[in-house]
Amino acid sequence: MKYALLFCTPVGAEERSPAEHAADPRFAAYFDEVRAGRVTGGARLRPASDATTVRVRGDEVLLSDGPFAETKEYLAGISFIDVADLDEAIALAARHPAALDGGSVEVRPVWE
Amino acid sequence: MSATDDVEKAVAAAFREEWGQVVATLIRVTGDWDLAEESAQDAFAQALDRWRRDGIPRRPGAWLTTTARHRALDVLRREAVGAAKLREAAVLARDEGPYDPEYDGEDSGVQDDRLRLIFTCCHPALPIEARVALTLRTLAGLTTPEIARAFIVPEATMAQRLVRAKKKIRNAGIPYRVPPAHLLPERTTGVLGVLYLLFNEGYAASSGADLVRTDLCAEAIRLARLLARLMPDEPETLGLLALLLLHDARRHTRVDAAGELVTLEDQDRSAWDRAEIDEGTALLETALRRGRPGAYQIQAAIAACHTTATTAEDTDWADIAALYGELSRFVPSAVVRLNRAVAVGMSEGADAGLALVADLEREGDLTGYHLLPATRADLLRRSGRTREAAEAYERALELVENDAERRFLQKRLAECRSA
Repeated sequence: MKYALLFCTPVGAEERSPAEHAADPRFAAYFDEVRAGRVTGGARLRPASDATTVRVRGDEVLLSDGPFAETKEYLAGISFIDVADLDEAIALAARHPAALDGGSVEVRPVWE
Repeated sequence: MSATDDVEKAVAAAFREEWGQVVATLIRVTGDWDLAEESAQDAFAQALDRWRRDGIPRRPGAWLTTTARHRALDVLRREAVGAAKLREAAVLARDEGPYDPEYDGEDSGVQDDRLRLIFTCCHPALPIEARVALTLRTLAGLTTPEIARAFIVPEATMAQRLVRAKKKIRNAGIPYRVPPAHLLPERTTGVLGVLYLLFNEGYAASSGADLVRTDLCAEAIRLARLLARLMPDEPETLGLLALLLLHDARRHTRVDAAGELVTLEDQDRSAWDRAEIDEGTALLETALRRGRPGAYQIQAAIAACHTTATTAEDTDWADIAALYGELSRFVPSAVVRLNRAVAVGMSEGADAGLALVADLEREGDLTGYHLLPATRADLLRRSGRTREAAEAYERALELVENDAERRFLQKRLAECRSA
């Protein structure tokens, strides 16, 4: 089954670049061992402060700075995985460093 | 007795014994929870007519499973518009054999199906209310209105809860299986937790007149018995069954004719259910011999200390205090420590218990919990300090929510004031 893992980070936590993550042994372990062969795609996203939210109301395109809602967490990255079932997806999510340190990982089945 | 009565009795008995197994097998072969339930229902309806005509089959469970499977196949063939449905029907047809009263080879597989079903119903990705409802519907065969009444929610709410849970199982890819070894201990704990919650729902309702709710105790015991049979090597499954039986043995003596709470020491011990106590203690001994203690075995051991004491005065409180100490290693909760404080107060004297209560008051985890001042009050009352006890009862009364408990605390308060 295909799932998206949505990595959420607390707002105001330290923001680290992909290069800094790659140098972190916990992320290195996750990239090299845990997810090997099971990730089909994904992206690291720049923080919420760099986001622009777009809405259309009537004929008007409304823009606002940052994410749509006030939240305690923001979406920091996304992975697409292809695994046997939810248990395997949970096992992957639980090994990702974002699940520790006050963050969370949302496991969402891909609508096919 | 007429033959019609015999058939009705046989179908009713088969329903209690075989429903979960028929549904579990049909879910495995069709992968469709709704179709599995509908086909099972249809098979039981057919059984009434066919068993009257042809006689009661030697193996009702196998007859019902075969009949339900035929029914599911019919439905799938009729609906087979898409290629996927045709494939499903083909898989189902391949497994399909005629009912053979002599064939006994599938029994171990059948048991696995029920285990698969209970682990899937109790998957931690489902909300806890859905786990309980789904277990009662699919494994125990309770109807949606029955479950709704038992949990005091509108029928539509319960139906919605079941629909949503089945949808999540399908869409989120919750596997239909017994978890692999590395997940088994924590998932088993989860299943036991659902059964314990189910029992407590019924147990807490014992003071009311609602019999549907107290039936939950019987259902929880039936499911715990099934689980103990399916997982005989797991001592905690035996421990849970023992615990439920030992609690259930005293259930009817917990309230008097007027609906008032009766404390353990005032309960009529001759009215306790001897058979349940004997079975519970025997199960507990079997479990403890495995040498792998756990929270349910220890709680069962505590319950056994109470139920095997011939009088309240004979209760071995030192033993109980030691068991609560052991329990807090498995369940590090302030409530367990409060219970230990009671046992220490009873075995070593009120002051020793009060010292432990004071520790808990200082730590603050139980602030707002009425049993904290109620325990202080009880220990003070037992040592004759009625004026201080009355003050503690007043504090407990400010916090208590349950009516029966409130009346009990008011009675104690009045006794202390008039002493």
